[in-house]
Amino acid sequence: MARLTRRKLTPTDIVMWTIGAILIALILWGSIATLARGAYSLDHWIDFTIFGLAQGSIYALIAMGYTMVYGVLRMINFAHSEVFMSGPYTAYYVAAYFYRSGLLEAHPVLSMTMVFLVSMAVSTLIAYLLEMIAYRPLRSAPRLVPLITAIGASFFLQYVFRGLYGSGFQAYPVIRALEGPMYIGPVRILKFQLLVIFAAALLMIALYQFTQRTRLGRALRSVSEDKEAAALMGVDVDRMISMTFMIGGAAAGAAGVLYAIMFKQVHFFMGFIPGLKAFTAAVLGGIGNIPGAMLGGIFLGLVESIGPSLFLDGLGITAPYQLKDAIAFTMLVLVLIFRPTGILGERLAVKKA
Amino acid sequence: MAMLEIRDIHTYYGNIHALKGISVEVERGEIVTIIGANGAGKSTLLKTASGILRPRSGSIRLEGRELTRLAPHEVVREGIVQVPEGRRIFGRLTVLENLDMGAFTCSDRRRNAANLERVFTLFPRLKERSRQVAGTLSGGEQQMLAMGRALMANPKILLMDEPSMGLAPVLVDGIFETIRRLNEAGTTILLVEQNARMALQVARRGYVLQSGSILFSDAAAPLAENEMVRKAYLGEH
Repeated sequence: MARLTRRKLTPTDIVMWTIGAILIALILWGSIATLARGAYSLDHWIDFTIFGLAQGSIYALIAMGYTMVYGVLRMINFAHSEVFMSGPYTAYYVAAYFYRSGLLEAHPVLSMTMVFLVSMAVSTLIAYLLEMIAYRPLRSAPRLVPLITAIGASFFLQYVFRGLYGSGFQAYPVIRALEGPMYIGPVRILKFQLLVIFAAALLMIALYQFTQRTRLGRALRSVSEDKEAAALMGVDVDRMISMTFMIGGAAAGAAGVLYAIMFKQVHFFMGFIPGLKAFTAAVLGGIGNIPGAMLGGIFLGLVESIGPSLFLDGLGITAPYQLKDAIAFTMLVLVLIFRPTGILGERLAVKKA
Repeated sequence: MAMLEIRDIHTYYGNIHALKGISVEVERGEIVTIIGANGAGKSTLLKTASGILRPRSGSIRLEGRELTRLAPHEVVREGIVQVPEGRRIFGRLTVLENLDMGAFTCSDRRRNAANLERVFTLFPRLKERSRQVAGTLSGGEQQMLAMGRALMANPKILLMDEPSMGLAPVLVDGIFETIRRLNEAGTTILLVEQNARMALQVARRGYVLQSGSILFSDAAAPLAENEMVRKAYLGEH
């Protein structure tokens, strides 16, 4: 049971809380000033929100992989960025082929399904191999060792894909059916954004239902609680760990195509920032917690898209949108100061007590 | 031929020679207990039998089938099911989900339903709390859940590691009563206990384990009378 022990206030605590208080004061001041100036109309805010939701759904989907792997292995798979990149980058060639042959134009649903499947398959395979080759032999090593390996694997994959496909940006073909806006009531939403939000939500709900309702999902949860006890119930723990990586990989592969649809390009380095953001999202939501990662992702996407205009415009900062990454990582710092276990993460605190 | 034959097992923790050539036999329908002090190797023996630890030499056979090199999840399928020390229930899963995990190796729905019925008859408390998260159960209820979960796996033989550990004396009686009832209903049990007095009351035979070796073995009644056992494990002087 969690005991409530009053910790003594250390000087570090005071400094941290002061920093936190200043940041929150700045955010409040900036927001009020922005709203008072009225530089943005309601339509602007709606656009920001929808963009944030779409971006956040992608973060959330990538964050599934971080949070699930952490759940079973208590390790951050920093090569997950590259799992995310490998799928859509490979699937780009399929998409480009469909585009040239006219199939993309004639049968957009069929060809996009193919692109999704290829991307998910490649990311799943990479995630599987990563676990087998880079992490499994180090299962009983000190925690720092697989972390270093993860970073090494991350570089390795980046440069393998750079070697395979070149170092330039590749423009993802535009899908005509997904261009332009549509209206839900009075709200104007870009079609591809709607697809991103819808597809990501669908996948995440499916994933959550899988962990909650199925026999394998239950086994997965039991492995994340106590590997040895799960093995004593007849669960093949190694297989469940493989499966966790593969599920995370498939989600990342799907997220990758959604990302490519949204930003219309792929690159060997494309995983780095979204990967870090998704990791942030997982921490925001409480790492190891699947609904937490979903919430954290959406929250981060929204803060990132609404935040620059809302918080910074009023402070007189020009081109605030350039600072969206700074805002995202500031959120990470704030969460780590005020609620290290994340939004839904009560379990770490309970474990320590 | 005995149902479970553990023959000349040597198990190491790194360089520490934890089991030094142990042989234990359990006949079908018996309760056999292994008593010994802390660190004598009791848990190590059960972990080796379950496949969690790999012996360097020796063999483990169940009904004549060689299980020595199997992984833990394969051993369970063969019918050796362990109720681990400290209960190790899944605290964030519900009681029912824990029991379902016990039935992980068995996909016969009708059999699982019958097992569940049996567990609920044995432990009505679990039925009342089936939707509750297992981490919120009391210690005694958690022990019931750990036993119920193991029973869901259709054990040919149940390995129980310190089932009375950390429980109030009133509950300990209940646990041993349950062990006796399980055995009467046909379950073969290998019981590891620090509470030698209670263990020797339910068991038919016992082994005394000291620093990784079997000191001696006998039927339970003479063991309980044995002077050395009385001094060392029953706390009599």
